[in-house]
Amino acid sequence: MGEEFKLEVVNPEKSFLLKEDVTEVVVPAFEGEMGILKDHISIISFLKPGIIKVYSKTGEEKYYVEDGIIEFKDNNLSILTSSIFNIKDIEKSKIDEMLRKAKEETNRDNASDQVKFLIDQKIEVLKSIN
Amino acid sequence: MASLDDLKKRIASVKSTQKITKAMKMVAAAKLKRAQDSAEKGRPYSEKMNNIIVNLSKGISDKENAPKLLSGTGKDQIHLCVVMTSDRGLCGGFNSNIIKKAKSYFSKLSSEGKELKIITVGSKGNDQLKRVFGDKIIENISFKNSKNANFFDAEKVSKMIIEKFQKEEFDICTIFFNQFKNVITQIPQAQQIIPLKTETDDKDKSEDYYEFEPDEDEILTNLLPKNISTQIFKAMLENSASEQGARMSAMDNATRNAGEMVDKLTIEYNRSRQAAITKELIEIISGAESL
Repeated sequence: MGEEFKLEVVNPEKSFLLKEDVTEVVVPAFEGEMGILKDHISIISFLKPGIIKVYSKTGEEKYYVEDGIIEFKDNNLSILTSSIFNIKDIEKSKIDEMLRKAKEETNRDNASDQVKFLIDQKIEVLKSIN
Repeated sequence: MASLDDLKKRIASVKSTQKITKAMKMVAAAKLKRAQDSAEKGRPYSEKMNNIIVNLSKGISDKENAPKLLSGTGKDQIHLCVVMTSDRGLCGGFNSNIIKKAKSYFSKLSSEGKELKIITVGSKGNDQLKRVFGDKIIENISFKNSKNANFFDAEKVSKMIIEKFQKEEFDICTIFFNQFKNVITQIPQAQQIIPLKTETDDKDKSEDYYEFEPDEDEILTNLLPKNISTQIFKAMLENSASEQGARMSAMDNATRNAGEMVDKLTIEYNRSRQAAITKELIEIISGAESL
């Protein structure tokens, strides 16, 4: 007790995950990975493509996200994202499909540097899961 | 008076209509359940999004340089109205209520000398508006092919709106949709999404200090387009729940009316049947008497 806080992950369609007993969450924030523990200062930040790691007493869970916003306040961590998958459930064919799409996007010329950076990130993360 | 045969046919036809409306009611009820569920499940996301934006805009020190999506262009000459309706009919006053609300807003705008541009989402709205406001409609979107409201569609709409905003094609954007209250009541809503109106609760004046990463401006610039998608998605969800609710109660009414009609026709049928029998009897008796 005492080390736990509440995590809520929502996507536009539904509340994706609700856990009351997480001890640490590592999120791929825009400027690097960020670990959040209890009593962290209130923060709002962006996510880039990466892996969210959720640690609780029952073990570790990993989720792949493409984008999102996190808000931490009063020991409530909310993660808003439109694309999130549990790595355990994600199928290999789907990863391949996403990789292929991401690669297609990098080949387009009109992409800005920021977009390219994000896609590169995505490819790297996807490869690491694969 | 209609002949017995005609009455019989009419009763049969009303009965089959009743069967159809009953089936439609059942279908709408099943769909309503699903639409309502997804509308409720979608609420946390849009609420959280709204919260974050409110907190962020409170934290913005430099209002002048705030992103345009938040502060507006500084003018209010050209209004863009996004009218969201259904793609199918037979849902009572659902579409007409939105259109009515939108039309009264349109006439208010034109009396103030503002310029009006319309985007219709859903083909029914387009059908009703194109007669009077046909020249004002710049875009018509329909999602006939997608079964349920999904975020992808909402993003398409919002991208288009943002693109137009960046080209300075309009100053203020309002969306019209039906908010789902319950099966019988749907409230047509007009919601301004650009520039964003943030309602700050006075009671919630707690001093929120946030750390931002990256800085506020950058977060806001990224977040505002997302918020527009979210708002539109919310409107779509509410709309689809409302549509099914409206259809369900409309079909319920229709079924009941058909039932009443069948009763009335049956009474008429029985009366004329009896009259025919009586007439025949009188004829036989008077024929026998005359012998």
